[in-house]
Amino acid sequence: MASLGRGDSPAPLISPQPINPHRSSISPAEDQAFLGVRSISTQIVRNRMKSVRNIQKITKAMKMVAASKLRAIQTRAENSRGLWQPFTALLGDTPSVDVKKNVIVTISSDKGLCGGINSTSVKISRALHKLNSGPDKESKYVVLGEKAKAQLLRDSKKDIELCLTELQKNPLNYTQVSVIADDVLKNVEYDALRIVFNKFQSVVSFLPTTATVLSPEVVEREAESGGGKLGELDNYEIEGGETKSEVLQNLTEFQFSCVMFNAVLENACSEQGARMSAMDSSSRNAGDMLDRLTLTYNRTRQASITTELIEIISGASALEG
Amino acid sequence: MFRQASRFLMNRSSAATMRWRRPFSTEPPVETAVDSKFFDAWKQTIPNIDPPKTPSAFMKPRPPTPSTIPSKLTVNLALPYNSLVSAKEVDMIIVPATTGQMGVLPGHVATIAELKPGVLSVHDGNEVTKYFLSSGFAFIHANSVADIIAVEATPLDQIDPTLVQKGLAEFTQKLSSASSDEEKAEAQIGVDVHSALNAALTA
Repeated sequence: MASLGRGDSPAPLISPQPINPHRSSISPAEDQAFLGVRSISTQIVRNRMKSVRNIQKITKAMKMVAASKLRAIQTRAENSRGLWQPFTALLGDTPSVDVKKNVIVTISSDKGLCGGINSTSVKISRALHKLNSGPDKESKYVVLGEKAKAQLLRDSKKDIELCLTELQKNPLNYTQVSVIADDVLKNVEYDALRIVFNKFQSVVSFLPTTATVLSPEVVEREAESGGGKLGELDNYEIEGGETKSEVLQNLTEFQFSCVMFNAVLENACSEQGARMSAMDSSSRNAGDMLDRLTLTYNRTRQASITTELIEIISGASALEG
Repeated sequence: MFRQASRFLMNRSSAATMRWRRPFSTEPPVETAVDSKFFDAWKQTIPNIDPPKTPSAFMKPRPPTPSTIPSKLTVNLALPYNSLVSAKEVDMIIVPATTGQMGVLPGHVATIAELKPGVLSVHDGNEVTKYFLSSGFAFIHANSVADIIAVEATPLDQIDPTLVQKGLAEFTQKLSSASSDEEKAEAQIGVDVHSALNAALTA
């Protein structure tokens, strides 16, 4: 719908029948034949102009709404960025970890008209699925949001474990996200969780990002095998809890909920930003289309006036001569 | 369409051109050995799509472990809604670990501490700031950086003592009348938090 550049898209929305009480519902083509070539197409063009003008108003309004929602959620997203950084500082970032059970958590929006961000997330999720499937490895999906669900149901129906929609019915908060995280952790077996979302960099730029959260067993395994940040995990003393694995389990669960919270907020920001720019280009396209239609309308109007004049003058000269 | 062409060209950037795009940024793009393994594997199997970014690309790299004990401790207190304290240089902090109040000075051994509801006090020179934390985690790294992550933190002066007493009474009553395990657990958590609050306010 954002591509109003193609000339004929609004056509299905308008009926070419003029709403004129004096005329019965004769189509304009028959109308021309009936009354002569006088009212050639100006009615059609006028109707198209009216509907394009309405579309322009609607998309402009949607852009304003998206801008105000973006303002509200952007501060929250930026404030939540400090939340996942300590975990990455401690456990490192290991997207290339080799595990048996991968779970890809795709975050998308529920509503459409937001540009290409949902398609990008789904593309990256599919690519991660391909990257992480092999003889003894498997990947499953957990889908958040209607749009990704619709796209992934088409070809990966058997791989989808869990679907959650209507996240943004109430304003996003940590309690809701921690309940979702709890749900996922309880119902899905995983060795590594890969969260795919669009990180909000600026109003026009959204970067697809994937954050990896490992299960406590994998963390211990990687810590023993050494290498990178995780190799230094053994140097840390553990305070609290009876065993190291208990603390690690709490740690990884907490990490998952924190990373999810940030991811969901960033994705919501990206959604509003993408919607803003999609609606902006849509209203601009509608404006261009309106200009073109106005020119056509004026040309048609002038042509019909000229034709009338010619008829009158030739009629008058025929009477004289 | 030409208006959008420049935007598409800009968006299709790899890490190398990201560096070019932000010539005045002092943050070097961090690509560790693990990241390049991921990018290489990606490029091999999926050459048409740009690889996604990973969180380490968005983080400032942490300072390495210094050879001598630094004089100040860098503290970050992160909450879901706000970072109350970020990169503040202080002398000492006391965290409410599950094993008791733990004091942390610069040069503390690297620790991962699980926190129980209690008071975090930050000592900087003569001023002491106290926050009541719901539980969370505290990481103390070898380079004298302390990260505290909690779900809620409020300065002590914003807590109402009468509400604390009321809550404590309510949860103790719920605990005694709880039937299922879940209700018992919830009531126990309520009692723990409120008694910690009480202790924090009266101390």
